[in-house]
Amino acid sequence: MITKDEVQKVAHLARLELSEAEVELFTEQLNQVLEAAEKLQQLDTTDVEPTAYAVPMQNVFREDIPEPSMPRDEVLANAPDPKDGYFRVPKIMD
Amino acid sequence: MSLYQYTAHELRDMLRRKEVSAAEITDSVLERIDSLDSVIKAYVTVTAEVAKSMAKAVDAQLAQGSDLPELAGIPMGLKDNLNTKGIRTTCSSKMLENYISPYDSTVYEKLIKSMSPLLGKLNMDEFAMGSSTENSAFFNTANPWDLERVPGGSSGGSAAAVAADEAIFTLGSDTGGSIRQPAAFCGVVGLKPTYGRVSRYGLVAFASSLDQIGPITKDVTDAALVLTAIAGHDPMDSTSVNKEVPDYTKFLKEDVKGLKIGLPKEYFVEGIDPEVKTKVMETVQKLEEAGAEVKEISLPHTDAALATYYIIAPAEASSNLARYDGVRYGYRSETAPDVLTMYKKTRSEGFGPEVKRRIMLGTYALSSGYYDAYYLKAQKVRTLIVQDFQKAFEEVDVIVSSTTPTPAFKMGDKIDDPMSMYLSDMFTLPANMAAIPAISVPCGYTEAGLPVGFQIMGPAFGEGTILHVAYAVEKLTGARERRPKLPEKGGAACE
Repeated sequence: MITKDEVQKVAHLARLELSEAEVELFTEQLNQVLEAAEKLQQLDTTDVEPTAYAVPMQNVFREDIPEPSMPRDEVLANAPDPKDGYFRVPKIMD
Repeated sequence: MSLYQYTAHELRDMLRRKEVSAAEITDSVLERIDSLDSVIKAYVTVTAEVAKSMAKAVDAQLAQGSDLPELAGIPMGLKDNLNTKGIRTTCSSKMLENYISPYDSTVYEKLIKSMSPLLGKLNMDEFAMGSSTENSAFFNTANPWDLERVPGGSSGGSAAAVAADEAIFTLGSDTGGSIRQPAAFCGVVGLKPTYGRVSRYGLVAFASSLDQIGPITKDVTDAALVLTAIAGHDPMDSTSVNKEVPDYTKFLKEDVKGLKIGLPKEYFVEGIDPEVKTKVMETVQKLEEAGAEVKEISLPHTDAALATYYIIAPAEASSNLARYDGVRYGYRSETAPDVLTMYKKTRSEGFGPEVKRRIMLGTYALSSGYYDAYYLKAQKVRTLIVQDFQKAFEEVDVIVSSTTPTPAFKMGDKIDDPMSMYLSDMFTLPANMAAIPAISVPCGYTEAGLPVGFQIMGPAFGEGTILHVAYAVEKLTGARERRPKLPEKGGAACE
C-alpha cells in the first residue's frame, strides 16, 4: 500500500506539486494499479533474464566525425526565456 | 462519389490516368475538413497551404510526364506527436501548445519525399497516454459512427479523420494499442509494425521500448502502401532495424489455404462483449472455410501483460517526460522565485491528470526500494510474455483475436476510472511487449451499428503475413463496404 506521505515524496522526486485533492485521488488510484501489479509477484521468475528491448539489440557505433549542429537561433526559438544566446532560468542559489 | 471518399490506391490510379489532378484531390479533402471537422474535431492544426503547395508540385511533375512516388498527391494527416518543422507539434498538451519543432520526424521526411500533402496535425490523448482521446488538453474528438462515443485513443484524431474521410490516410503511434484500438473503434485499418521497422526519430517519446509509428488507412491495400513508404533503417534512430523493406502490397491475396491461424484461449474470456466475440468467431469461421487451419493455442501470461505494461510504460514515461522542465522549450510557469519551484509549477500546470498519474506511477516503480519489486519484476515477466509468443509462432503463422474487448464506449464512461480505461488495451498491449507486428481490420458491426475490429498478430517482421490475412478478412467479411452516416456537405446526415 502506498500512503499519502509516499505520494507526496514521489511527487517531489517527479518535480510535481500536487493539490490535497490530487494527493487523495492519486493515493487511491495508484493503489489500484499497484494492487493489480501484485499479481506479478506470484509468477516464478527465478533464472529469468529481464527484457528491456524485445528485439535483440546491441550498441550501434559510428565514426566520431563532427557534423553540423542545429543553428542556435532555431534551437532557442522555442525557449521560454532566452537571453544572449543562452537559456535563462530563475535563480538556482541564494 | 466525392474525391475525399476514395482510398489512396484508387486515387493513385485516377491520378495516373489523369482523371483528376492532385490539386482537386487535396481541395476536396480540405473542403471536407472545413465542413465536417467542427463536428468530429479530429484536427488540432490544419495546414491547408502546406497541402496545396505540395499538390501543386505533384501536378507540375505530372504535367512533365515524370514518374511519381506511390503516395504522390494523396493527402494525409499526422498525429500531433510527430515533429513537423515550422508547424506546431503539441502532443495535445498545454506543455507543448506552442511548440514548433526545429526538425522533421523521419516519417514526415519520407512522406515529403513521397510527395504526400500534409493536411494537418491530429488530436490525441495528451502525450499518447489514454484510450479515448478524452485526455487531450484541447477538446474531445467524436467517433464518426456515433458522435456521442469516443474514437478510441490515443491516436483518436488519426482514426476519426480517416473514418470521416477528413484524410485519405494518417499516421498514428502505438505504445499499447494506440493505433489498433482507435482503428477498431472507428472501423478503419490500423497497423503497428514490428519494433524497429519504422524509425521513431522525431516521434515525441512516451515509452521508448514500446513506441512504434504506423499507418491508419481506409483499407488493407492502403496500409501496405503506406507501410512500404515509411519503413526502413534510419541512422537517426539506432533502434531502427537494418532490414530490407519489401513492397508490402505484393503480399496481398485472398487465398489463405494452408495458413495456420492460432486462437489464443486467454483472449476469449469473460468480460469480452458477446457481440464482439460473435463477430470475431464468425470471421475465424470464414477464414477456416476459405482453407485456413485454425487451432486453439495458449499464451499463458496474457493475464499478467496488463500489469506488466502499467509498470514498464509509466516507468519509461516518467524518465522520458523529465525533459519538460520549462527551460529549453514548452510551457513555463512564470511566477516561481527559484528554479526548483519553477520546475514543479511548470510541470504541475503543464501536464494533465493522466500524464501526472503515469509519471507518479513510473517514478514510484523506479524509486529506491521498489525498483526490484516492480520494474525489474515486470521486465522479467516481459521475458515470459515474449517467450509465450515465440512458442506460439513455432506452431502457427498468425494469432487472431478481437482488437478490443468492447466496441467504442460513450464519452465520459471511463474517464474517472483509470483501471477500466486500461482494460480496453488488454488485447493490444501484448504485441508491444513482445515487439511483434499487429493489425486491426474491421470485421463487422454490432446491432447498434458500431464497428468491430479483428486483430492479427504475426512474428517479428511478419508484416507481409498479417497484411495478407487482413486482406483476406476484408474480402471475406465485406466490412469495408459500410461507411458511417455523416453529412455529405454540412447540414443533415444522409446515407
